Amino acid sequence: MPPLRAISKLIRHPPCRLYSAASSTRLNAPIDYRSTPLLHHTSSSLSSSLDIPDTATSTSLNLYQAINSALRTALSTSNQVMLFGEDVAFGGVFRCSMNLQTEFGSERVFNTPLTEQGIVGFAIGAAAEGMKPVAEIQFADYVFPAFDQIVNEAAKFRYREGATGVHAGGMVVRMPCGAVGHGALYHSQSPEALFAHVPGVQVVMPRSPSQAKGLLLSAIFEHNNPVIFMEPKILYRAAVEHVPNEYYTIPLNQAEVIKPGNDVTIVSYGQPLYLCSAAIAAIEKEMKGVNVELIDLRTIYPWDRQTVLDSVRKTGRAIVVHESMINYGVGAEVAATIQDGAFLNLEAPVKRVAGWSTHTGLTYEKFILPDVTRIYDAIKQTLEY
Amino acid sequence: MSLNIVRRAVLPLRRARILPSPFNARIAGRCSSSISQRPGSDRVRFPGAVNSKFTSQMSFINASDMPNIPTYRVMDSDGVLVEKTREALNVSNENILTWYKNMLTVSVMDVVMFEAQRQGRLSFYMVSAGEEGISVGSAAALTPDDVVFAQYREAGVFQQRGFTLHDFMSQLFANSNDNGRGRNMPVHYGSNYPRNHTISSPLATQIPQASGAAYALKLQGLQDPNKPPRIVACYFGEGAASEGDFHAGLNIAATRSCPVVFICRNNGFAISTPTLEQYRGDGIASRGLGYGIDTIRVDGNDIFAVYEAMQEARRVALSDGGKPVLVEAMSYRVSHHSTSDDSFAYRARVEVEDWKRRDNPIIRLRKWLENEGLWNEDLEQSTREELRKNVLKEFGAAERLKKPPIREAFTDVYEELTEEAQDQMKELKRILEKYPNEYDLHQFEEGINGL
Repeated sequence: MPPLRAISKLIRHPPCRLYSAASSTRLNAPIDYRSTPLLHHTSSSLSSSLDIPDTATSTSLNLYQAINSALRTALSTSNQVMLFGEDVAFGGVFRCSMNLQTEFGSERVFNTPLTEQGIVGFAIGAAAEGMKPVAEIQFADYVFPAFDQIVNEAAKFRYREGATGVHAGGMVVRMPCGAVGHGALYHSQSPEALFAHVPGVQVVMPRSPSQAKGLLLSAIFEHNNPVIFMEPKILYRAAVEHVPNEYYTIPLNQAEVIKPGNDVTIVSYGQPLYLCSAAIAAIEKEMKGVNVELIDLRTIYPWDRQTVLDSVRKTGRAIVVHESMINYGVGAEVAATIQDGAFLNLEAPVKRVAGWSTHTGLTYEKFILPDVTRIYDAIKQTLEY
Repeated sequence: MSLNIVRRAVLPLRRARILPSPFNARIAGRCSSSISQRPGSDRVRFPGAVNSKFTSQMSFINASDMPNIPTYRVMDSDGVLVEKTREALNVSNENILTWYKNMLTVSVMDVVMFEAQRQGRLSFYMVSAGEEGISVGSAAALTPDDVVFAQYREAGVFQQRGFTLHDFMSQLFANSNDNGRGRNMPVHYGSNYPRNHTISSPLATQIPQASGAAYALKLQGLQDPNKPPRIVACYFGEGAASEGDFHAGLNIAATRSCPVVFICRNNGFAISTPTLEQYRGDGIASRGLGYGIDTIRVDGNDIFAVYEAMQEARRVALSDGGKPVLVEAMSYRVSHHSTSDDSFAYRARVEVEDWKRRDNPIIRLRKWLENEGLWNEDLEQSTREELRKNVLKEFGAAERLKKPPIREAFTDVYEELTEEAQDQMKELKRILEKYPNEYDLHQFEEGINGL
């Protein structure tokens, strides 16, 4: 794995997904992050959507800067917080830990040897002695060597320790995830469903800079469980919005209704929300009177079933969208829960729009992952069922 | 992602600027010196090996040409101190008698519990026979504030650190007094203080965890100088040392200068696999040097050697701001691997009998005690009898005690019960109420109301 990864680092990656779209493209146009309604382009809407005072100041940041701001806030809030992983010291290969070692010292911000199982094992041990380690796995694709430490150890630590009261709840494992247009097999994966099958860990994926900071601070300070924090790396530079400067948190157990609607519910998380938003805009423009409800799960497990069920009981139709493949994916769990909890309200089958059950072959990415066209088509099919 | 190549190129320089805190003096020293090759130099200054001499002799280093790492021993198998001129042991006779009784306790408990498993009164058991000296001797060198990560054949560590027969039996019978709340297989002991982390079955996972825990103790010591100096002791067998986590744990402990002592119990077998099929180097100790870790091999049947090596290892681990140490303790697994194993399927009974007779940590210390006039056959008989009585008493009491309430199946997965878990508990309760004859609830505290 390391030699290949090193080679891949030589490639300069443009920040957003490239669609070699035909000139006739109406749906699959590149996402314009500067105009999407999903981002706070000004500071004025922040205080209404986040639980922060009106007087809070904010700065326009992209996702990696927001993560950096969250980590800086965390490191200055508590000397229990430590930050480590591969290449973290110089700022990280995605710049998320820029300047943090200079500010907080090499005792608390440091490089580890290149060993994912070592990094997560180390984090568990530090958390068990009361620290709040934030471990970085350089790409979610490389978390698998640490799978045993996450599944058998971190997730089960509190349960097996029982009455000793010892736990590894202070730990957070951050990892960049998702496709970037040319990441191929090992720089594109989103293994959230694998972790969602593991009781004992919380799995989180933010969609935007302000959400990332609030959720990450929440993962570090407000929730005493091991958290898998997945950062859609395509948004690191692309998504820019106003982010509060101070400490604030977003609870990990609540989904967010991004856009209310009455006719169909779309449930998604992470980057595909932007695709959903674009598809919804196209449909609503085309079919007057139709309005679609869009829900961001934010926390993939344990997830906010009530918000989703309430929505589907109202709309009667549901679509789940995610980038990771469809087979045994998050969509399967959400769809099963909907049919169990809102069976009598359903007017159409729950549809899943997700990556096909294959690997992310380099030149085929745009055919494999969900795009605006597929989501648009799914909404139409669901409405017309 | 796009910046990698640019940033990587300046990495060594930046690191040199950032690191020179006293905390990282060793690394900083190495980084801040120029790594360029001076003309005419007799040694290589590659960044990956900064002090390697050139040679025009092409020779591969062959491990079998190297002398094997010697085994430190204080007393011979007759319980006589090998070095007549050495200074006296720095332990009181009273403490040594406690060690002996602790080894004996584990040994007596092993016999009773192994038999109990054979009678079906216990689901599983693993004895420590032949390795009591390693666990009791090493634990005797720890303070109560030190933290232990164990594998599973270290009952002596728990015994030496204050775990009582009551605690052992509660865990073995998974009853309502069990720290593990009835969740873990037998011999997966755990305690908060002195902190012995609850044992987990996956092998070697505790090794990088021990490194991280040691790093935490070191950081906490730096942040609060009033904290007592603490180390982590991490135990594992020679089979577990083949796992990737061994490599990860030792390497990360070395690069982060963690105050941790790794204690490998090399007992010759991993279940049925002899060491010849486990590794081809000079045991586990030879690997420590490769990681830049201070290493010693000791006679694990010699409790004095184990104790002295561990005491020194602890001192070294706390020196220079913290560093890891590896102790390889040699012994022989005279018992079966576990109650699920018949070891005579893969090794000769006569070999085992031979080891039992020839060398054994308990007999060796007993001989020393007898030579010193501190022990005799009468004391041996009465102590064994009393221990056996105590074991059986706690055994009976623990066996009669109820299991924890059924809700403990769902608690502690997360800090709080999730809404999903609450739903599932309700659903299970509905099933239990609807089909009362299908489930035996009487052995669980609070019965149906325990949910």
